[in-house]
Amino acid sequence: MRQITVLSGKGGTGKTTLTAAFAVLAKKAVVADCDVDAPDLHMLLHPEIIQTQEFKGSKLAFVDEAKCVKCDLCREKCRFKAITENFKVDQFSCEGCGVCTITCPANAIALTERISGHAYISKTKFGFMSHAMLTPSEANSGKLVTLVRQNSKILAAKENINLIIIDCPPGIGCPVIASVTGVDAGLVVAEPTMSGIHDLKRALQLLAHFDVLPFVCVNMHDINMDNTEKIESFCKENNVEIVGRISFSPEVTEAMVNGKTIIKYSPGSVVAKEIEAVWEKISVLISENNLNERVAHEPKKR
Amino acid sequence: MIVSIASGKGGTGKTSVAVNMALSIGNVQLLDCDVEEPNAHLLLHPKISRIEPVYVPIPLINEKLCDHCGKCSNFCQYNAIFVSPEKVLLFPELCHSCGGCTFICPKKAIAEDKHKIGILKLVSAGGLRLVYGELEVGEPMAVPLIREVKRQIDKSRNVILDSPPGTSCPVIETVKGSDFCILVTEPTPFGLHDLKIAVQVLEDMKIPLGVVVNRAGIGDKKVYEYCKEKDIPILLEIPYQRRIAELYSKGVPFSLEMPEWSEKFQTLFNDLRRLAGK
Repeated sequence: MRQITVLSGKGGTGKTTLTAAFAVLAKKAVVADCDVDAPDLHMLLHPEIIQTQEFKGSKLAFVDEAKCVKCDLCREKCRFKAITENFKVDQFSCEGCGVCTITCPANAIALTERISGHAYISKTKFGFMSHAMLTPSEANSGKLVTLVRQNSKILAAKENINLIIIDCPPGIGCPVIASVTGVDAGLVVAEPTMSGIHDLKRALQLLAHFDVLPFVCVNMHDINMDNTEKIESFCKENNVEIVGRISFSPEVTEAMVNGKTIIKYSPGSVVAKEIEAVWEKISVLISENNLNERVAHEPKKR
Repeated sequence: MIVSIASGKGGTGKTSVAVNMALSIGNVQLLDCDVEEPNAHLLLHPKISRIEPVYVPIPLINEKLCDHCGKCSNFCQYNAIFVSPEKVLLFPELCHSCGGCTFICPKKAIAEDKHKIGILKLVSAGGLRLVYGELEVGEPMAVPLIREVKRQIDKSRNVILDSPPGTSCPVIETVKGSDFCILVTEPTPFGLHDLKIAVQVLEDMKIPLGVVVNRAGIGDKKVYEYCKEKDIPILLEIPYQRRIAELYSKGVPFSLEMPEWSEKFQTLFNDLRRLAGK
């Protein structure tokens, strides 16, 4: 089984637009939306949910007022300042560590489990999809990402599909790490802006750190040609494969407004053709043969 | 007054709004809380005045005292310690630094060590003070670094917090304690969907909010309909203009080249004061 993650570091560079297009072009793939706190892929792929799972990600301390002796020990020991002056738990600060439960001499504090989101297995017109929704203002998105990825692997194995395409959240922190660990390749979608270049470099460092084969494509490349060239020469210097340029096009937003992938919305357009070319190149690069060759020539660092 | 700028969806223009507003008003401290991908400094070209490493405490096990009872590993909610009959394994990147293992160990075999998660930069550009963090690549936990950035808040100034995208812990840590939050969105289905989640988070946290529509003119009208229905003020619209996009791509805050925008951001800030009752 092969897995590729579409990431970017910077938000809004076109990860979801490309993932949805790839899901259509790949014909036989499971897609996993790992942006669990702001998932958008479903608006282009319209999944029909087959199975829903509750996600219990984090715990929360609860103070039993009747037992509390107001000694202040919990407030002293809590490093997250999560217990208020009147001995209530601030749910936005509590990390569910349980230190208060062991410091309380009156046994008045316990950890409670809470449902912090849902994971879904769905069917779309283009295949299967694993996705989730973190309850707003909940923590632990990394754990939910791991669940989405496990589900995608189970689905792929069951349906005899050997490709998983993962839509990653922005950033380089916990949910992103959970989205890239153990995948075969990462496509970084870069935009030709100063921020785009800065964030691309950090995303590439992240892929190198986790020993993931990197590819780069420049989206909206015609917004700033100088920067596009800077990105491409940076990639060449660092032996990173460039898989294409994609033009800025208002049709991408129009497709989104119509709830369609760009491939289905305007099949003959320049931008659709560019995305097809990018996918073709990636398909070859991540074919079993090429990946096996990489493993043979570049033994894993760790 | 402390104003945070958040969005739900990434790439809607949070940093652009934060920087342009910061440049348009006086006596400002800007804190870039997107420690995973900090970008504000790229628009400000600041002079660096101080760089500090940021550490978090992690357990340090004294193997001589440890009798492998496993209480620490049982207690740890984050699976950061694994105890086998022969060995104790630590996973520092999973540790939340709560200190629980040091309290629970009956043999007093656990002390604390420090683990570097990133750096803090304090810089200035003209009269503007900027603080930002850079999370070390490969470190998962942004929240302790955001906390460190926010510890630098100078309440004698107008404080602007630039939030990371999303709606989970790093965003909550950023917006916590702010007097007002601006949600920057784009008028598209993705923009609206993620705006709704962000609004729910801020309502849960009881933080007053308003919306800035960026790239106005693209997409559809549903963001406007939603805001009207929810009685959320639309504070400013920034039209989609190729010139604004090009200036951003070069790292130039557009209000410097298009001075009429400087006035609009001043008005925006005055409106915030009024709405936050400050």
